[in-house]
Amino acid sequence: MNLSSGKEYISTASSSAGWKAGDAAAAAAADQFPAGLRVLVVDDDPTCLMILEKMLRTCLYAVTKCSRAETALLMLRENKNGFDIVISDVHMPDMDGFKLLEHIGLEMDLPVIMMSADDGKHVVMKGVTHGACDYLIKPVRIEALKNIWQHVVRKRKNEWRDFEQSGSVEEGDRLLKQSDDADYSSSANEGNWKSSKRRKDDEDETDERDDTSTLKKPRVVWSVELHQQFVAAVNQLGIDKAVPKKILELMNVPGLTRENVASHLQKYRLYLRRLSGVSQHPSNLNSSFMSPQEAAFGPLSSLNGLDLQTLAATGQLPAQSLATLQAAGLGRSAGKPGIPMPFVDQRNIFSFENPKLRFGEGQQQHVNNNKQMNLLHGIPTTMEPKQLAGLHHTAQSMGNMNMQVASNGSQSSQNNPLLMQMAQPQARGQVTNDSSLGHATRLLSPMGQPILSNGVAANVSTKTGIQENVRAPSYNPVLQTSSMLNFPMNHASELPGNSFPLGTTPGIPSLTPKVAFQEDVNSDSKGSVGFMPSYDIFSDLNQHKPQNWELQNIGMTFDASQHSNNLQGNHNHSQPVLVQQGFSSGQVNGQNKSATVISKAMFSAGDSTGHANAQNGNQHLNSLLVDGTVRVKSETVADATPTNLYPDHFGQEDLMSALLKQQDAIAPAEHEFDFDGYSLGNIPE
Amino acid sequence: MRRQLQTMRKSLFDQGYLDEQFVQLEELQDDANPNFVEEVVTLYYRDSGRIILNIEQALERKPFDFNKLDAYMHQFKGSSSSIGAKKVKAESTLFREYCRSRNGEGCMRTFQQLKKEYATLRRKLEAYFQLARQAGPVETACRPK
Repeated sequence: MNLSSGKEYISTASSSAGWKAGDAAAAAAADQFPAGLRVLVVDDDPTCLMILEKMLRTCLYAVTKCSRAETALLMLRENKNGFDIVISDVHMPDMDGFKLLEHIGLEMDLPVIMMSADDGKHVVMKGVTHGACDYLIKPVRIEALKNIWQHVVRKRKNEWRDFEQSGSVEEGDRLLKQSDDADYSSSANEGNWKSSKRRKDDEDETDERDDTSTLKKPRVVWSVELHQQFVAAVNQLGIDKAVPKKILELMNVPGLTRENVASHLQKYRLYLRRLSGVSQHPSNLNSSFMSPQEAAFGPLSSLNGLDLQTLAATGQLPAQSLATLQAAGLGRSAGKPGIPMPFVDQRNIFSFENPKLRFGEGQQQHVNNNKQMNLLHGIPTTMEPKQLAGLHHTAQSMGNMNMQVASNGSQSSQNNPLLMQMAQPQARGQVTNDSSLGHATRLLSPMGQPILSNGVAANVSTKTGIQENVRAPSYNPVLQTSSMLNFPMNHASELPGNSFPLGTTPGIPSLTPKVAFQEDVNSDSKGSVGFMPSYDIFSDLNQHKPQNWELQNIGMTFDASQHSNNLQGNHNHSQPVLVQQGFSSGQVNGQNKSATVISKAMFSAGDSTGHANAQNGNQHLNSLLVDGTVRVKSETVADATPTNLYPDHFGQEDLMSALLKQQDAIAPAEHEFDFDGYSLGNIPE
Repeated sequence: MRRQLQTMRKSLFDQGYLDEQFVQLEELQDDANPNFVEEVVTLYYRDSGRIILNIEQALERKPFDFNKLDAYMHQFKGSSSSIGAKKVKAESTLFREYCRSRNGEGCMRTFQQLKKEYATLRRKLEAYFQLARQAGPVETACRPK
């Protein structure tokens, strides 16, 4: 079935078949879709399980059976992108089927089908309210199973559609990325990305915007910057009073329509709701982070101000969070246990309920805030909290930011080393406190993956405040998973392996998309907002590597999605929403996809100056990411001129600059990371 | 022998021991899994035997914990229905209704009946599979739909 035309479709199909799979596999799977659909079936009754397995095999699906809900969750967490759909029984001895359903929805955002011999209306209704995409009555017939693939497709389609609606071409990018999995050079993406950047710069939105989404219909790309602007506007108005019209006016972005804002707002609201619903801990990222990864969830949960927190909490912060996380130094979601990602639980709050939260899974791993300065644990995207900490930025702020970032990272948890990086920065400076790191780490973690990993996420050097050179975690494997937001943590937190070359430019993390982020994040981000999610993977923040970035981003994003799932949905958002504040809500979220990592991370950075830039950067980043390529706004970052945040370039750069400038300003780590979480949501799927 | 097999099979359906779900199982049987149906049924009897035991024990404790009984029976019913054990399934449904109406007597009576049906089906299926094995891996006559 062709969901979209050509390439996109294939990507999609592949993705459905298994994004994770390599391109080849994905491509192959795409052709045979729905054959090869990866199904996880959970039922405590061995007879039913055996029958179901056989039936599903007959439908040519790739079946994994499981008799315990706990085991199923473990499997899902370990392999976020390992399954396309889950079928679960309602009555199970170790865990209620609905509870499992909730967990899966939150953490992995996979379609879940419930089954039971019970056909009572209330039970079926319960399934609906808990979010099951279907309900089968036992005994199940094979005919009923033959069509379950529709749920997978529908979900993906919706994600894309949402994505598109919000004007983000991330989906398209994502798709592209997927298809380009092996080939990051999506010129189309790049072009888009660039054009989106240009759009921002030249205010030539209309044209550019159209160009940007060559992949898909022209849409507004909700880049990190743009998102930050959006969040800033929303916050200014007050969430209750924020109406699209007013937001539009406040944002004052030429070419942006009320509809774009409206749909984006819708997503954002969902995201917030999710955060508040899920977050258990009120924003105290710091404390939470410090605690074991599971704790990640807690503190962040509250949206309090910092979206990061929430994001972080969600752990799954989609790529976006990465950016934020980076700042927050949140641990990467990449499974690195080092960083306790508080977000983990949050599922992808960032990504608006998108799988972005995938990071969340990683969250546990990530958020190792503490002082993990090495965000880049190598590829495991876990963002090193240290890195985040490096951001140092305002410990708290960073924390928050990190959280977000982390959240984002969580998405990329797989890869987001970057995120962590961002978080690290926090750790550096002030964040050295665990708390800050915690946050940062948290952020990073989630972000780690998505943000950076997706290629872009790379080094989101959260320079926030951290003057140290945070070594952005090298994005390992091509960005994909390493959402390593290389936070240019001021520390020289070198992320092992992944270090993104963020460090180089002042605060502007260069996201080195594909490349392992080598970040060196040297947190040049001096002072600037703690986290500057230096996306500069390229190690030269100043260098505009828009191209590289893009490529990388693409790679990263793509990978990220593949890997960490992060990309998948949230990544695109690179909305490091987290950073929002400082920088034009620099989407520090390493969101893998969107290089937003940088931008957001920059929250703390001189908001004022950086802010503007960051936003730009973010936006660009976003767009970058969206395009599938690591949109890391490398360009923006490249500028490295603190005040010069090229809007086009990654937000990172802007962020970085902002960060640099603001080192002091880092304190405002309060950037609304919240948004980050949100942004991730935009990422399709 | 095939004819015998067919007859036996037909009677199982006609007498209401088996329902459509059994056919579903038969259709899953293929060269890769030539004894699939038998394997499933064997697994069923093994696993459900455990549940039967649990119910029996629960029925020895007075007063009855109807919720628990209902839960057990729900489980049992799910298994039984998945192999197409029609009569057994009917008894399970009845049992659950008695549980819901807190009718201990009804539960006990129904449970006895259920065990009988359960045992009868087992015997019949065992004979059927034995014959099927003797008759060779011929399609167990997938009943035309």
